[in-house]
Amino acid sequence: MKPLTHIHSRTVVLPHENIDTDRIIPARFLTTTERTGLGKSLFNDWRYRADGTPDPDFALNKPEARGCEILVAGRNFGCGSSREHAPWALLDFGIRAVLSSEIADIFRGNALKNGLLAVVLSESEHAYLLAHPGIELTIDVAGGFIELPDGGRFTFELESFARHCLLSGVDQLGFIMQNASAIDAFEQKREAA
Amino acid sequence: MSSGKTLLDKIWDAHVVRPESETTPAILYIDLHLVHEVTSPQAFSELRARGLNVRRPERTLSTFDHSTPTLPADAKGQRAYVTAEAASQVAQLETNTKEFGVELHGWDSAHRGIVHVIGPELGATQPGMTIVCGDSHTSTHGAFGALAFGIGTTEVGHVLATQCLLQRKPKSFAINVHGKLQPGVTAKDLVLHIIGTIGVNGGTGYVLEYRGDTIDALSMEERMTVCNMSIEAGARAGLIAPDAKTFEYLKGRNRSPQGAAWDHAIAAWSALKSDRDAHFDRDVNIDASKIHPSITYGTHPGMVTTLDALVPAAANAQERRALDYMQVQAGKSMLGTPVDIVFLGSCTNSRLSDLRAAADLLRGHHVASRVRMLVVPGSEQIKRDAEKEGLHETFRNAGAEWREAGCSMCLGMNGDIGKPGQLVVSTSNRNFEGRQGPGVRTVLASPLVAVASAIAGQIADPRELMAEAAA
Ligand code: SF4
Repeated sequence: MKPLTHIHSRTVVLPHENIDTDRIIPARFLTTTERTGLGKSLFNDWRYRADGTPDPDFALNKPEARGCEILVAGRNFGCGSSREHAPWALLDFGIRAVLSSEIADIFRGNALKNGLLAVVLSESEHAYLLAHPGIELTIDVAGGFIELPDGGRFTFELESFARHCLLSGVDQLGFIMQNASAIDAFEQKREAA
Repeated sequence: MSSGKTLLDKIWDAHVVRPESETTPAILYIDLHLVHEVTSPQAFSELRARGLNVRRPERTLSTFDHSTPTLPADAKGQRAYVTAEAASQVAQLETNTKEFGVELHGWDSAHRGIVHVIGPELGATQPGMTIVCGDSHTSTHGAFGALAFGIGTTEVGHVLATQCLLQRKPKSFAINVHGKLQPGVTAKDLVLHIIGTIGVNGGTGYVLEYRGDTIDALSMEERMTVCNMSIEAGARAGLIAPDAKTFEYLKGRNRSPQGAAWDHAIAAWSALKSDRDAHFDRDVNIDASKIHPSITYGTHPGMVTTLDALVPAAANAQERRALDYMQVQAGKSMLGTPVDIVFLGSCTNSRLSDLRAAADLLRGHHVASRVRMLVVPGSEQIKRDAEKEGLHETFRNAGAEWREAGCSMCLGMNGDIGKPGQLVVSTSNRNFEGRQGPGVRTVLASPLVAVASAIAGQIADPRELMAEAAA
């Protein structure tokens, strides 16, 4: 995983609450055995019309959304399935941060493990961002704040280990494996019991 | 003075390899890792790329269920996969499990089935264990007093390689349920009611422990139905303390302890309950006697009402949008809504007891001509057991399709889907927009409501049929 320290981008807004993982990436696209290539199917049934052409009214299809790396989404984003295909699809599309007032547990863990920043903001900060689509934000991962165009700041909390992993690009599997002797000892103790 | 421990505390403490600190999560040992074809290929690839092995293959159990066809193989042994990619995903699991020495319940196994159905069926799911799977409905196994939760594919790789996970300890939430469920009211109605009460994000960050005399009175199958849907309230896990019913269920199963080990296990499992003075971070009380048959009317499981009630007014723009999508009107009853498909299946409601209850209600009736009814047993074992009792005949005679085990229309990944605009009464767990096919409208309900609706061709109350049968 590459270190992630800053994101500077305009926002794209999907105000809907409870955007679930089936919506982010419908199940029929999960037959892949790769991590890449899912971006084209991101929000598939929302993004494309029945004839397969992009729906011009969908926020991510609008010209001003091109290149946006920050998605501001309604409350309880990512609920539903544990499919890691959801953050993979967002990343493959070019999204690097998701901001909401509430983000589902498993999605959040999956996102952070893949270097997709998932940030929970207060209701009022969230409401502000929802009401101002397309504003330019700078997210400072180390500082734990988001800078607004007028210089104002929203601070956010990030679990300390997740933050450390993002900033340094820590390999979490490698981290667990450094504890191999503790795992051996744990297994031995239990087998002896 | 410190208070007693919750069941969650006890299981957690017994699995900590390295405790959590301010800067690092705990390293938690995993007793059982369930693997299926959809969320594992990239994890096996990762192991291969790093030259790693599966640390404890005997603690790993795999099957395929999601992308598998539910029609039998043809005369040449060919299976009707929805796409070549789906077939290759299954083939990939066969290759991966062979290469890494992991037990697979594939096409030739008598025990293939939905991963959350076969774990308990094989006796692999046991009290006090930590159980994970790359699947959010892993919460099902909590019915046995195991701490069981869904993980992503990166974590699947972590567990394969190290048998451990990095975890912060979740908070505890006591769901106290008292009172007797009324006739026609099932475990499914109960859990939908609980989700409606605490909300689809009410359990986020918590492990739900279901307690009280209502829970004690539930069968193991019913407890699984309840724990299964914990994730639908945002909780990663649900827990029910093991008791005599749990032990009875597990006795003599393939992977259950035998002989002296069994006695030893019972002694250990009997201690697995929250202490009297245990402190829960949150609690709620539910009166089970007041619950009516539940039915969802929106596009998440928290948008739920009862058959006797009217659809509530939309609280916000999203709910209005959901009602539009569902073509449902606030202030009206869900009863009488025309039904196109009835799906009886999924890890929520595809066990033998579900099939029996459904067949009992269906016997002597016929599925309405406008309805297509799909019955998909949760496992090959259940399929055989049901066929021994002749349940398949009951379903077929009534005009329903009797299929091979798998997830099927629960998520529609294998091609079992509806057409845009169709209304499905489904015994599964998610009514998300498009889950059962683009534009398909899903209504979640119990097997009883599903059968009553199949017969009537519209959403119907099973209690009327039950009264008829009793008269
Ligand atoms: S039956 Fe449905 S919920 Fe259960 S594992 Fe399969 S897809 Fe997931």
